[in-house]
Amino acid sequence: MTQLALVIDLNVCVGCQACVTSCKEWNTSGSAGPMVDQNPYGADPTGTFFNRVQTFEVGEFPNTETVHFPKSCLHCEDPPCVPVCPTGASYKRKEDGIVLVNYDKCIGCKYCSWACPYGARELDEQQQVMKKCTLCVDRIYDTSMAEADRKPSCVLACPTSARLFGDVHDPESAVSLAIRESGGYPLMPEWGTHPANHYLPRRKTRIKIHEDELERADNPLKVDRQLPRPATNEPTLDDFTTW
Amino acid sequence: MHPAFSVIFLTTLIGAAQGLFLALFTVQSYAAFKLLPQPDAHAFYGQGSLMALLLLVAGLGASFFHLGRPERAWRSAAMWRTSWLSREVIVLPAFIGVVFLYGLVHWFGWHPVLMILPGDLPVDPSAILGVAGTLLAFALFVCTGMIYACLKFLAEWHSPLTIINYILLGGASGFMLAAAFAAFTAPEHVGFLAGWAAIITLLGLISRTASLYRNARLKPKSTLQTAIGIKHPKITQKTQGFMGGSFNTREFFHGQPVAVLRGVKWFFLIAVFPVPLLLLLSAMQGYSGLLPAAFGLQYLGLLAERWFFFAQANHPQNLYYQSIA
Amino acid sequence: MQAVKPSVPPLQEVKTTTCYMCACRCGIRVHLRDGVVRYIDGNPDHPLNKGVICAKGSSGIMKQYSPARLLKPLKRKAGADRGAGDFEEIEWEEAFATLAERLGKIRATDPKKFALFTGRDQMQALTGMFARQFGTPNYAAHGGFCSVNMAAGMIYTIGGSFWEFGGPDLDRAKLFVMIGTAEDHHSNPLKIALSKFKRDGGRFISINPVRTGYSAIADEWVPIRPGTDGALLLAIIHEIIATGLYDREFLVQYSNAGQLVNMAESNDEFGFFVRTEVPTEEACYEPQDKLWWDRNTDRAVVTHQKGADPYLLGEFTLSDGTPVKPAFQLLQERVSDYTPEWASQITGISAATIRQLAHEMGVTARDQKIELPIAWTDSWDNEHDTVTGNPVAFHAMRGLAAHSNGFQTIRALAILMSLLGTIDRPGGFRHKAPFPRPIPPCARTPNDPRAVQPNRPLDGMALGWPSDPDDLFVNDDGSPVRIDKAFSWEYPLSVHGLMHNAITNAWRGDPYKIDTLLIFMANMSWNSTMNTAEVRQMLNDKETEGPNTGEFKIPFLVVCDAFHSEMTAFADLILPDTTYLERHDVMSMLDRPISEFDGPVDSVRIPVVPVSGDCKPFQEVLIELGTRLKLPAFVTKEGERKFRDYPDFVVNWETEPGSGIGFLAGWRGKGGEKFLRGEPNPNQWEMYEKNNCVFHYELPKSYQYMRNWNKGYLEWSQRNRITRYAEPILIHIYSEVLQRFRGAAQGKGLTRKPPEHLRKRIDTYFDPLPFYYEPLEGQVTDRHKYPLAAVTQRPMAMYHSWDSQNAWLRQIHTHNYLYVNTRTARQQGIEDGDWIWVESQWGKVRCMARHSEAVEPGTVWTWNAIGKAAGAWNLTPDANESQKGFLLNHLISEELPAGGSARVSNSDPITGQAAWYDVRVRIYKVGAGETAVTSPQFAVMKPYPGMKTRSSILAFLGMKQK
Ligand SMILES: Nc1nc2c(c(=O)[nH]1)N[C@H]1C(S)=C(S)[C@@H](COP(=O)(O)OP(=O)(O)OC[C@H]3O[C@@H](n4cnc5c(=O)[nH]c(N)nc54)[C@H](O)[C@@H]3O)O[C@H]1N2
Ligand SMILES: Nc1nc2c(c(=O)[nH]1)N[C@H]1C(S)=C(S)[C@@H](COP(=O)(O)OP(=O)(O)OC[C@H]3O[C@@H](n4cnc5c(=O)[nH]c(N)nc54)[C@H](O)[C@@H]3O)O[C@H]1N2
Ligand code: SF4
Ligand code: SF4
Ligand code: SF4
Ligand code: SF4
Ligand code: SF4
Ligand SMILES: [Mo]
Repeated sequence: MTQLALVIDLNVCVGCQACVTSCKEWNTSGSAGPMVDQNPYGADPTGTFFNRVQTFEVGEFPNTETVHFPKSCLHCEDPPCVPVCPTGASYKRKEDGIVLVNYDKCIGCKYCSWACPYGARELDEQQQVMKKCTLCVDRIYDTSMAEADRKPSCVLACPTSARLFGDVHDPESAVSLAIRESGGYPLMPEWGTHPANHYLPRRKTRIKIHEDELERADNPLKVDRQLPRPATNEPTLDDFTTW
Repeated sequence: MHPAFSVIFLTTLIGAAQGLFLALFTVQSYAAFKLLPQPDAHAFYGQGSLMALLLLVAGLGASFFHLGRPERAWRSAAMWRTSWLSREVIVLPAFIGVVFLYGLVHWFGWHPVLMILPGDLPVDPSAILGVAGTLLAFALFVCTGMIYACLKFLAEWHSPLTIINYILLGGASGFMLAAAFAAFTAPEHVGFLAGWAAIITLLGLISRTASLYRNARLKPKSTLQTAIGIKHPKITQKTQGFMGGSFNTREFFHGQPVAVLRGVKWFFLIAVFPVPLLLLLSAMQGYSGLLPAAFGLQYLGLLAERWFFFAQANHPQNLYYQSIA
Repeated sequence: MQAVKPSVPPLQEVKTTTCYMCACRCGIRVHLRDGVVRYIDGNPDHPLNKGVICAKGSSGIMKQYSPARLLKPLKRKAGADRGAGDFEEIEWEEAFATLAERLGKIRATDPKKFALFTGRDQMQALTGMFARQFGTPNYAAHGGFCSVNMAAGMIYTIGGSFWEFGGPDLDRAKLFVMIGTAEDHHSNPLKIALSKFKRDGGRFISINPVRTGYSAIADEWVPIRPGTDGALLLAIIHEIIATGLYDREFLVQYSNAGQLVNMAESNDEFGFFVRTEVPTEEACYEPQDKLWWDRNTDRAVVTHQKGADPYLLGEFTLSDGTPVKPAFQLLQERVSDYTPEWASQITGISAATIRQLAHEMGVTARDQKIELPIAWTDSWDNEHDTVTGNPVAFHAMRGLAAHSNGFQTIRALAILMSLLGTIDRPGGFRHKAPFPRPIPPCARTPNDPRAVQPNRPLDGMALGWPSDPDDLFVNDDGSPVRIDKAFSWEYPLSVHGLMHNAITNAWRGDPYKIDTLLIFMANMSWNSTMNTAEVRQMLNDKETEGPNTGEFKIPFLVVCDAFHSEMTAFADLILPDTTYLERHDVMSMLDRPISEFDGPVDSVRIPVVPVSGDCKPFQEVLIELGTRLKLPAFVTKEGERKFRDYPDFVVNWETEPGSGIGFLAGWRGKGGEKFLRGEPNPNQWEMYEKNNCVFHYELPKSYQYMRNWNKGYLEWSQRNRITRYAEPILIHIYSEVLQRFRGAAQGKGLTRKPPEHLRKRIDTYFDPLPFYYEPLEGQVTDRHKYPLAAVTQRPMAMYHSWDSQNAWLRQIHTHNYLYVNTRTARQQGIEDGDWIWVESQWGKVRCMARHSEAVEPGTVWTWNAIGKAAGAWNLTPDANESQKGFLLNHLISEELPAGGSARVSNSDPITGQAAWYDVRVRIYKVGAGETAVTSPQFAVMKPYPGMKTRSSILAFLGMKQK
């Protein structure tokens, strides 16, 4: 069975927020929209977004890591948000594992959002229905688009390609490979939700330089007479012993 | 969580109504076994049911304010197989219906004997409706409680105590109301009802303090470490990704300082338990005029209790929404 | 939502153009529905961004339909104060008539009195040409307050630079060191490259007082104290030379490291290269007449002689008795005291880390060499079978540039890069056409005030590259000709002008008063000015004595902007520009094109939606004005209009009649068969349109590397008139250009001499070898009183002050905080989120503090230009931007005391680069009961006539509202 998902590589995410606004842009005038903005030009502007990028500081100066952390619906394999929905508006698609909300059925009771430990759902204050990441279901199957465009908007936008998209149930897919090889992990595994989205951790590259690598036989200082040989009249063993 | 007044009113009002109905039918059952005198059926059961009905409808009405799309509320019965909310949505009207019929038969004094049970117990429609109503009342308590108790990562709620509290606190306020009501319609039952009200309130005190005790000792299972999957003792959020607030900052946090939380807790602990108990005691000493005050105060206390119930629940999603920058 | 069965109509139209939510200029596809922009994504076929897009680019819709847009030409109501924002609508005809009359008079009398300054635009080709045609020297773009140090420091050293002129080759680098960069102009491409680099196992080091954005994903963060990178780089050079980790061969062949410098102190030639007579070809810029001391023959020989190999170290005596030293020897002497231990005290970075950095750089460069099988020929006719690369790449930006010691620091960086042998080589630094240029590039300003004449174009360029004191644009008494004092003795190499001093100077009448100031695309009453509060006052100040009493000190102020910016409030005349989606634009080879490492690239914008309201592209305004003023380039001999409009101008205008060089390099020639040079092609726009709005010429592989000394490339470039000379461009380890100024200050040589009061300044700072000095502001600051350095950073999701009107972007950055190291804050009793005062010598600001572990303890920082004036950008007066957001600029002075009553610009003494990041501050908690609003506050700006009203709820659908 297919389970589509995003794999987000924290090793390269620079927190640019491209995925945030490209998601908004695609979806607000797409089939998941509109996504309202309240007070767009006033105090405390607020709006519906499916994807947010947050920043955390790990450790203390000077050993600080700054971590940018994008988060949208994780399309859990065992999504607690679905069974609680009284109307069936929230559902998980059998064919590809995408968790969706049917706006026509949703009564805006917010119960599903309570049932999501990740804070991935947002009630649209204008339409009063629950909204969330759709994995761009209206792009990825749209055959009127070029094949290369049939990917989530945020994935195509991401300048560092920190967002991988694919089938995490297919062991040969790029996303599965990335999870396997780069130590992909789910969020809050303690709740057994089995998020389909995974995160790839930071990885460090170091250079090890051995003391004896610094100076080589072809050191240019020699050429310029700057690594002088000791003068012949300085003491040596020859002044001391005979063998 | 952010306490929504619609839900606070819904749960407290229907809780009281459920308790009231249970009180009415308890009296009827005792009377059937001749353990209590029969009250004036029209006044006590009929008007009592009407009162329960009013509370239920008020509660139901309040619940609509919780919905973004109330005009579609009918859809919410669909998922009874999985959703406690859906089940509540089914049980609540069923209960309302039964209470209505129960009140109706009493109101019009329609008591044809349908059968006689061993021990010479005549069964009339009100008895059957009463039993059905009782089952539904408990079912409704379970549904309401389970709506909260089934959310496993809301540790404050995820406990049998949640359901027990719903039952006991709804029961207490319902019996309290019944006692107050009896003072006008069936004074001979005031003592009985007040006694039960006191007992249930006491039990409620025990179970509610038990849950407070439990909640105070909860260790959140989710931490920033599990939330973002980084193992380090010192992690702080610098920005949640937006600054003007969002659904996630409004819905899952009460937005009150700790002092308010503590104040509300002490208020409800006093208003729901000791003071009504004292008033009950004095009522049983003959000052039954105090009963409406006892109920009123306890109900107020329950509003605070429910507010606190929501406010105290610490949703793990809040780990992701801590810092504006 | 009905999945897969979209309930909304499909997109109807896709048009390609070029983004301008920032200066990166990515290719975009604009998807329209019912003529309304519905979706903007990156163009996968564009060489720059290859399909990706950023947060700003994706929010273009909210710019296009923003209620902050200006939709009518406006004039200040008679009697209204500047800044009050009292305007009335006028028609374009009135605007043109007013301008043509006023400018016509100025041109006929004293063209200097018209000043044109432009901000973050990308059309200096046109604006610069207009100013020159008009005849005024008072023209500059944003470079002076932006990053001229980066341009000049590197171009004067290696003939190219970062910024838009070149960059790191992360494709092949193994080690990447990023210094003082938060976002930069190569926004998307840098991100693409960085992630690829990391995934390919490259090691990434970031040197920055703050760890955010790019630095966040660095393998190592080196938190440096602001303004001290010079010390760090010099210590690294020290260590590289001490351990012999430099690429000797590279230095010998391709730099002036081996050239002999005259060491006879009494001699007029002291400090200059020793020259000899060599036969030179006619068109020669820098004859190769210098000497080496040959190791093989142990005598002086002309450089690059076959078989010769110079000593880089040592001292020698010429046959005439002149003591000489190779330039590299002087460098070694220069850095001998710059030990890691010394630098550690200044930078706050441990000596061990400094050594480690030097060793990583040196060993990686030496031991991980790349050999590409690409044959090429160097300028001395040596054939090479391969191109070699030392895979250590650097990138640096305003963290180095925006300090008053930036030029010398950046010279140190360019020299370090050269020592490692990484210039225009795989895995190192790579040029982008039209770079490399000769050192310095050939363009010159006039050097004589008589170049400014009534009714005549300026005799020379308004901006250029001085190579010696005689190139300065000064009056006979040595005083500046330009209003911003660029190219004067105060800032001799101010190659991008000093826009940040234009208003103050004009207000004061120093060096003189002007009549009309035209500001295009710069928010100079807010974020691109220092000392903001007072500059706003200057804009509104009136003469109190003399014949013009009661007149504004700057009599006429014209602002061309697209939005309701703080600046527009001060205008007498507002010219409403279009958005980038509504106009034709060119990113021309004559300005700063979007070239790639592999060859020249230029690009265009083509309108995708009709012009809104009564907007008009500024390009059209300039063409119309030029025509009305009968500037020679815009009219025929008979004085008739030459160009219908801007697109027509772009196609048909040539630098000189028949030169074949125009704004666009692609599809030239009658049928579009030529490139770079060729007759005008009437269908040029269509061809750009068909080709994703971009022209990309890929050089043959053998021309793609070593271009400073690549004979094939240099000749190709000369043939195509990219450059005048095809001589090798040797790296200036030792800068004779600087020495010429220093010599003049020491009274040597035949050139002009600086005025007395500036001699010491020139003598000190025009050191031909890089050195470290404390930034100028630090030199006049009590460090105990103002212990902290304050800097800003670019947020990736905002462009300067542009984007607060953008409903989506402003939700991400609604206001800003001052970030303070947790321990530093606690020492002051400042808790996370507290209101504080930030105070410099020049002013104070009230704002909110945030604790952070990702900032060096002696530094505080904030996001740049998030704070706004109340009501500006058509935001409500209570919007967070003005109530909680703040502008650091209030704390930064545009001038520093220079002894007595004298003032000097708060800038690098060499280039005039604005020293934004030199400011020193202290912080303390606000008093109890102080209001929780930022300070200073200004009178609330009102919306102007003709603007749309802002809605309080927005649900963008991308469909025509029925
Ligand atoms: N404290 C501090 N100050 C700084 C800096 C810093 O780092 N710290 N950085 C400096 C640097 S490097 C720079 S480049 C400057 C930038 O400063 P500015 O050049 O002033 O940049 P913006 O604030 O973006 O203002 C540009 C103006 O262009 C307008 N505009 C936008 N699009 C269009 C258009 O299509 N047409 C027209 N006509 N106008 C348009 C905007 O409305 C705005 O008013 O700021 C400088 N100021
Ligand atoms: N999104 C976005 N992109 C932009 C712009 C924008 O406004 N928004 N502006 C564009 C413009 S006009 C410009 S000029 C470029 C500028 O591009 P950058 O140079 O990247 O811009 P800044 O944000 O000024 O970055 C300065 C960095 O230097 C660090 N720094 C400050 N002082 C020092 C120091 O002394 N030493 C070191 N090592 N680091 C120091 C700061 O912490 C900061 O990270 O960006 C361009 N790109
Ligand atoms: S992340 Fe939340 S909303 Fe998404 S599937 Fe999982 S539980 Fe449901
Ligand atoms: S808000 Fe909508 S989707 Fe969520 S539980 Fe209620 S009905 Fe279902
Ligand atoms: S997959 Fe689509 S809906 Fe989900 S976050 Fe990305 S762009 Fe938004
Ligand atoms: S677009 Fe990519 S790099 Fe930018 S914040 Fe999103 S995931 Fe990170
Ligand atoms: S980097 Fe600049 S040009 Fe490129 S998409 Fe973003 S805003 Fe547009
Ligand atoms: Mo800039």
